[in-house]
Amino acid sequence: MLDSPEPAVVATGLRKAFGGKVAVAGVDLTIPRGGVFGILGPNGAGKTTVIRMLATLLPVDGGQARVLGHDLRTAGGEIRRRVALTGQFASLDEDLTGRENLTLISQLFGYSAGEARQRARELLAAFGLLDAADRQVKKYSGGMRRRLDIAASLVVTPELLFLDEPTTGLDPRSRNQVWDIVRSLVSAGTTVLLTTQYLDEADRLADRIAVIDHGRVIAEGTSDELKALIGQGTVKVRLADPADRRRAAELLTALLDSEPLPRTDPVEIDFTVTGDAPVAEVLTRLEAAGFAVTAFSLGQPSLDEVFLAITGEPSHEDADDSREDPE
Amino acid sequence: MTTVQPRSEVSSVLRPAAEHPEPASPLRASLVYAKRAMLKIRHVPEQLFDVTVFPIMMTLMFTFLFGGALAGSVDAYVQYLIPGIFAQTIIMITMYTGLTLNKDIEKGIFDRFRSLPVWRPAPLVGALLGDQVRYLLAGAITMALGFMLGFRPEGGLLSVLVATVLLLVFAFALSWMWTMIALLVRTEQALMGISMFILMPLVFASNIFVDPATMPRWLQGFVEVNPVSVVVTAMRDVMSGSPVASDILLVFVWSAILVAGFGPISMMLYNRKT
Repeated sequence: MLDSPEPAVVATGLRKAFGGKVAVAGVDLTIPRGGVFGILGPNGAGKTTVIRMLATLLPVDGGQARVLGHDLRTAGGEIRRRVALTGQFASLDEDLTGRENLTLISQLFGYSAGEARQRARELLAAFGLLDAADRQVKKYSGGMRRRLDIAASLVVTPELLFLDEPTTGLDPRSRNQVWDIVRSLVSAGTTVLLTTQYLDEADRLADRIAVIDHGRVIAEGTSDELKALIGQGTVKVRLADPADRRRAAELLTALLDSEPLPRTDPVEIDFTVTGDAPVAEVLTRLEAAGFAVTAFSLGQPSLDEVFLAITGEPSHEDADDSREDPE
Repeated sequence: MTTVQPRSEVSSVLRPAAEHPEPASPLRASLVYAKRAMLKIRHVPEQLFDVTVFPIMMTLMFTFLFGGALAGSVDAYVQYLIPGIFAQTIIMITMYTGLTLNKDIEKGIFDRFRSLPVWRPAPLVGALLGDQVRYLLAGAITMALGFMLGFRPEGGLLSVLVATVLLLVFAFALSWMWTMIALLVRTEQALMGISMFILMPLVFASNIFVDPATMPRWLQGFVEVNPVSVVVTAMRDVMSGSPVASDILLVFVWSAILVAGFGPISMMLYNRKT
């Protein structure tokens, strides 16, 4: 057992419903030890529910899971000793100062009062919060809160850290700080399981990604594998005249060997393309054919396009489908 | 801190598993949570309004409102009323335990608490222990005012302390009921409504203000079994210098019933809280 540790998480058929509404509808996940595993999905897909079940905060309705080799149903205490969770909403006492928050948590982890003060100081320094240490958390900025929240999860270094949408609502600088923190944790050996709504975040941080929608895993693999599945990027073209749209779309379909994505905007044509598509020719060809172009961009596929590619329908957030929207 | 790179700074505070201390024991964890309650009072002293102004208002109001009518004079009534008003003040304040908890749960902090490797009831027990300090403060104010109004317990100062302990034990037990309700009810308003609905009959259909002998028979029946009456009777006995063992025992029996009844249900709800 010591020589070949079990994966960080092995879950089969994990289910959870809230008052008849299915939030997680049978999730299978195997998360290897080490590195970052990303769970990608839109709001209400069931990401948070999965993470909360794995962190023993929510009892499971069905299915099984082993976390760090311990059964979720019978060894919650063992699991709690080895994992930490940084929730979507800052799990800190807003009335207390940052230092008080960390000191109390350190004491709960078993440090004596003096050691706890020392530990809090170390963490505050490492997370660049020493200046704000004696301010109430309610006066912190979003990025500071998030850093303090993560610091609180590292009082005792967890083997597995759950990060629920760690960068949602953060400015780019704070987001980069969080990413740096995640990377240094991973290089020190902690396994990180994070949820995100952003494809580029999953792409940059995660070694493996599970795409989740309607409480199910709909795709899983490395970032490259997923990209191969959905194409390398998106070409977006805006025309000056909506009358040109049909003919321009035909021209580009032939050029890029790809069907245009469904769009309601009468002047917009979008394509998902693979890496070797001749995207550089798009503008010259359109110009040569006499179509006036007002905007052109080449970008990463959006989460919506990922869902489109995998499920053949847009993510349910803005889709008009009759399925239940958990949450 | 040798380098300035944020990444290595974070690495520098990571501790290998071998250096992790043993998580706090149930008692220690509860005390740490009680300390959190104390720190909150320091940062938000306004929350002491209910335990300072409320007791003063209650004592003065009931003494002068009912004193003349019920006992012929304020002086005579004070001897009867003060032990009761002491109990009433604290019992009313126990309600705020539920309100505080309800607000806490709304925020994310209980996620953190529940993911820590300590005894799971510790945050709730700690909050209730912290509340004891609030009760003590309210009690001290009520009793001080009572002395000023002429209350002289025949049992002396020691009897007041014993009565206080009895009351705090009961208040701790009763708080489990508010804890359970706070975990059941979604909004603060609903919680307030339910709490008042329970508190009013408990406090007023008791022997706090008047001798139950003047009440109709059916009401006397309720007053007699009302745990608030049980506590007040025991406290009056003690403060008058003639404690009755069976009455005191009954306070502990009621407290045990409340904890045994509401404690496990609260914990079950707490563990299932989404």
